[in-house]
Amino acid sequence: MKITVNVWRQKGAQASGRLVKYQVDHVSPDMSFLEMLDILNQQLIAKNEEPVAFDHDCREGICGSCGVMINGLAHGGRLATTTCQLHMRSFKDGDVITVEPWRAKAFPVLKDLIVDRGAFDRIIQSGGYISAATGSAPEANSTPIPKENADLAFDAAQCIGCGACVAACPNASAMLFTAAKVSHLGLLPQGQPERKSRVFNMVATMDAAGFGGCTNIGECSAACPKEIGLHFIGRLNRDLLSATLSGGTTAD
Amino acid sequence: MAAALTLNQSTIGKKAIMAVTGIVLYGFVIVHMIGNLKIFEGPKGFNEYSHFLRVVGEPALPAGTILWVIRIVLLVSVVLHVRAAIQLTLLDNAGRPIAYKKVQRKQASFASLTLRWGGMAIFFFVIFHLLHFTVGSALPGYIEGEPYHNVVSAFSNQIWAAPVYLLAVAALGTHLYHGVWSAMQTLGLNTRRTEKLFRGLAVASGIGLFAGFATVPIVVLLGILQ
Amino acid sequence: MTIETKPQVDTRKPVEYTDARLNANVPAGPIEQKWSKHKFEMKLVNPANRRKHTIIVVGTGLAGGAAAATLGEQGYNVKAFCYQDSARRAHSIAAQGGINAAKNYRNDGDSVQRLFYDTIKGGDFRAREANVHRLAELSVNIIDQCVSQGVPFAREYAGYLDNRSFGGAQVSRTFYARGQTGQQLLLGAYSALSRQVAAGTVELNERTEMLDIIIIDGRARGIVTRDMVTGEIESHLGDAVILATGGYSNVYYLSTNAMGCNITAAWRAHKRGAFFANPCYTQIHPTCIPVSGDHQSKLTLMSESLRNDGRVWVPKKAADTRTPDTIPEDERDYFLERRYPSYGNLAPRDIASRAAKIVCDEGLGVGPGGLGVYLDFSAAMKRLGENTVRARYGNLFDMYERITGENPYKIPMRIYPAVHYTMGGLWVDYNLMSTIPGMFVGGEANFSDHGANRLGASALMQGLADGYFVLPSTIGNYIATGGYSTIDPSHPAVTEAVGAVKERIQQFLSINGTRSVDSFHRELGNIMWEYCGMSRTEEGLKKALTLLPALREQFWSDVRVLGSGTELNQELEKAGRVADFIELGELMVRDALERAESCGGHFREESQTEEGEALRNDDEYCYVAAWEHFGTPSQAVLHREQLQFESIKLATRSYK
Repeated sequence: MKITVNVWRQKGAQASGRLVKYQVDHVSPDMSFLEMLDILNQQLIAKNEEPVAFDHDCREGICGSCGVMINGLAHGGRLATTTCQLHMRSFKDGDVITVEPWRAKAFPVLKDLIVDRGAFDRIIQSGGYISAATGSAPEANSTPIPKENADLAFDAAQCIGCGACVAACPNASAMLFTAAKVSHLGLLPQGQPERKSRVFNMVATMDAAGFGGCTNIGECSAACPKEIGLHFIGRLNRDLLSATLSGGTTAD
Repeated sequence: MAAALTLNQSTIGKKAIMAVTGIVLYGFVIVHMIGNLKIFEGPKGFNEYSHFLRVVGEPALPAGTILWVIRIVLLVSVVLHVRAAIQLTLLDNAGRPIAYKKVQRKQASFASLTLRWGGMAIFFFVIFHLLHFTVGSALPGYIEGEPYHNVVSAFSNQIWAAPVYLLAVAALGTHLYHGVWSAMQTLGLNTRRTEKLFRGLAVASGIGLFAGFATVPIVVLLGILQ
Repeated sequence: MTIETKPQVDTRKPVEYTDARLNANVPAGPIEQKWSKHKFEMKLVNPANRRKHTIIVVGTGLAGGAAAATLGEQGYNVKAFCYQDSARRAHSIAAQGGINAAKNYRNDGDSVQRLFYDTIKGGDFRAREANVHRLAELSVNIIDQCVSQGVPFAREYAGYLDNRSFGGAQVSRTFYARGQTGQQLLLGAYSALSRQVAAGTVELNERTEMLDIIIIDGRARGIVTRDMVTGEIESHLGDAVILATGGYSNVYYLSTNAMGCNITAAWRAHKRGAFFANPCYTQIHPTCIPVSGDHQSKLTLMSESLRNDGRVWVPKKAADTRTPDTIPEDERDYFLERRYPSYGNLAPRDIASRAAKIVCDEGLGVGPGGLGVYLDFSAAMKRLGENTVRARYGNLFDMYERITGENPYKIPMRIYPAVHYTMGGLWVDYNLMSTIPGMFVGGEANFSDHGANRLGASALMQGLADGYFVLPSTIGNYIATGGYSTIDPSHPAVTEAVGAVKERIQQFLSINGTRSVDSFHRELGNIMWEYCGMSRTEEGLKKALTLLPALREQFWSDVRVLGSGTELNQELEKAGRVADFIELGELMVRDALERAESCGGHFREESQTEEGEALRNDDEYCYVAAWEHFGTPSQAVLHREQLQFESIKLATRSYK
């Protein structure tokens, strides 16, 4: 196949960028989208041009490193698929593909298609944990957890932190990401003692990072490679409101 | 209660304010729509209902108390709703300072993407609507205390009135089609189990209110009510 | 020309056998008491003094993340580093199957002793007994710790933890979180780490790559890093350094490792005096998706659990072009069931992989290039129904379909072995300290616990045991016995290391050759896979020893690295890693050549039974090969740590 790509090129964080058109020949339908970019980069290197920088690592859909907007859809828009798992058989010979970085105030572009998603780490640092120091743990089976709760917690815990939810949201909101972590820990008995302070602090950090608000449109969940449900945002709202109305404390 | 005042500090809290005030206004439009349909009882019934709204609570309470309480609640709701909408819109727009060159949507509904535009349309319509039927300055031949006459005369004589009202209630229906569900989600009432229920409620609200409000101008236009 | 990648400061003379440096420091006493006794005997650091000590942790996977978090909790001043943009993305995240622990929740006869035995036997008697026993003991604490952190392990309806049998184990001791156990465990460690970052005990440096280690007065006292966004070269100083930098499967170019996994940190440490142990021990995982073409950048593993219900076969006729469903039962060779009647499709990884290679070498392989065998679920679907198969393996089937475009419910999957894990690594003693005092190594980066072959669900166990429990204890002992002065950042050793790193970067940028870094990496991978892959011969290994130095020479004269060193430059990053991989490759080949026996993941064709099974040679090779660097890998000197088996008798590993 022959593919034309319009790729966002931006030299550095302070530089201005633009879409640049490249033709990629000899694209096999069995290639992943990133392997197509690899081929492009080899072509560029051969021509003494700097290759396109893009984040990627495990290339099996779990590390959450990769992620670009492909024709205006996060990760290309295929159900439950990260960019690295998107294959060129989803495209046709002669297609023109626009490739842009995630766009959000909280995700500044570092170079070409690479953005800084450090805001996600800061959200986790502000409360996305259970304060169980090593060594303090009781016997694992001493607290049974209903299977339904454990399964639901797992559904939320699957979040790979790729940022597609933010990228796909018309408001660049990080609600689905935050909701996933708050729900994961809030559904487990171990997470109860810090439940209120956790949601309070994580939402405050999220807001301060410059993400937009949620208008419950659902693009985030539709773009999520792990299909994390919108109902977790409902759960986050519930937790935050209840924490707010009780002043953020568990005791009266 | 003091804690509730801190709601305004987070985006989620702001949206909760929006959801609660939205639900107040939603309750109001339902009552309003039911009231509108009393027009089928004829001039006497409709005018008496209108009068009842003005004197309800008397003589136990001073004249107009309940009417003004309702008006104040509605006004405060509108102010808070619009204020939160403006604040959140500004935050949302600031969330993505550089737009994508190419955008596609996977699942967003028309209603959800046009919520703000619909809200603005409704806001301006309400001002007009008050001038039209409450103050009467936008309706030549307006008679205080004769709502039946005013409604019939407006939709029969002002040819643009019915289309304007139909568009406005379409905007309202669309606004609620997303808004009602969104409010439930924002208030954290939505779970996996209630998802379908609230989606259904939102769809029914949007369509039902549109149909209920659209009936009056249509039947007047068709000459069924004179 | 000379291919000295770096001016060597090393002027030591090779010593054939340095007993003192290869002392494993295993505590005396009965094996089951060694660790508790050692814990008591180790010296402690006063809690109030801990924040005065800086510990540098490189890598934030299970071992590094857990160690950094735990040391932070204890009050040390921790500086953690990872090359990824977030600590949560370390490659531990990709582990699918599960984590072993001797909890015996199933009452099926499991115990610490049995897990210890299985791991030693699974490692083909090439691991150090005392370390493995400690691992088995700690396994139970790991599960407790992870559950308390909120790791959502699979549960039964009563709410208790579920277990499964994994990788051919005869007890159900594997804890799992659907097919994403590594992800959930890593997110647990990452959350503990995040808590310490918020508490100010851990300073986390993402997108930062370690490029050298700083040694002062014979001790590891710091590292040199490159900020991968700004290109800034910095030194970081401390009292101890932990390397938890993962394995080196990417020396094969195609592997199941993440694209960024590299040997650079460990290799730099090796070049500065850390012995590298058993580099030839590599694990080839049998159930990976086959290569689809030259464009292939990495291989994807599918959980070994697929072999619980899938049957592995090839057509009996070579170059059979019929579709698999039209090949009648009697024209199929279920070669694992045929060769290993008692374990069948569940034979251990190394054995299943080699069997697949053998049939493909005979021309019976299927799919493009004939490098694949069928993994067929049609019998399981008949027996259990499609829905049960979907419930068990649905996510794996979906993944297969996404990658290959074929529907495994209709057509048998095609699988082929791929490099997956490296048992070799930096040599460490019982305290996980390398031959450089003050430099500790945890997780896959060390060599210690898996011998010549790692069992399924053991890597996560080892990473977390090292990170949560072993390193935080042994580091304290090291600090308590030290009493080190603060180091002036302008110390000559610091300046020298920083200068060396800068010079090397400049060298890459100034070669300005004709070939891309990737083309060299690919060529290296081909050489390694061909001559030092699933089976090895003296002749092939010797051939590789002529090819690799030539490749190294060509790399240093003809690589093209565009851009500058003072910006985000992914080609420059890769260049450094590939340069080190080429050198490592040579050492691996030397180690494989030296070890003229077959054991675990290392199969020498000269050393096999009449039936083609691995033949160990305990008389001559029951040792850990620890290599000391001198100039180039060809000059590296072999040291031997003799392995003693006191608790478990040396026996032939048979899965017939």
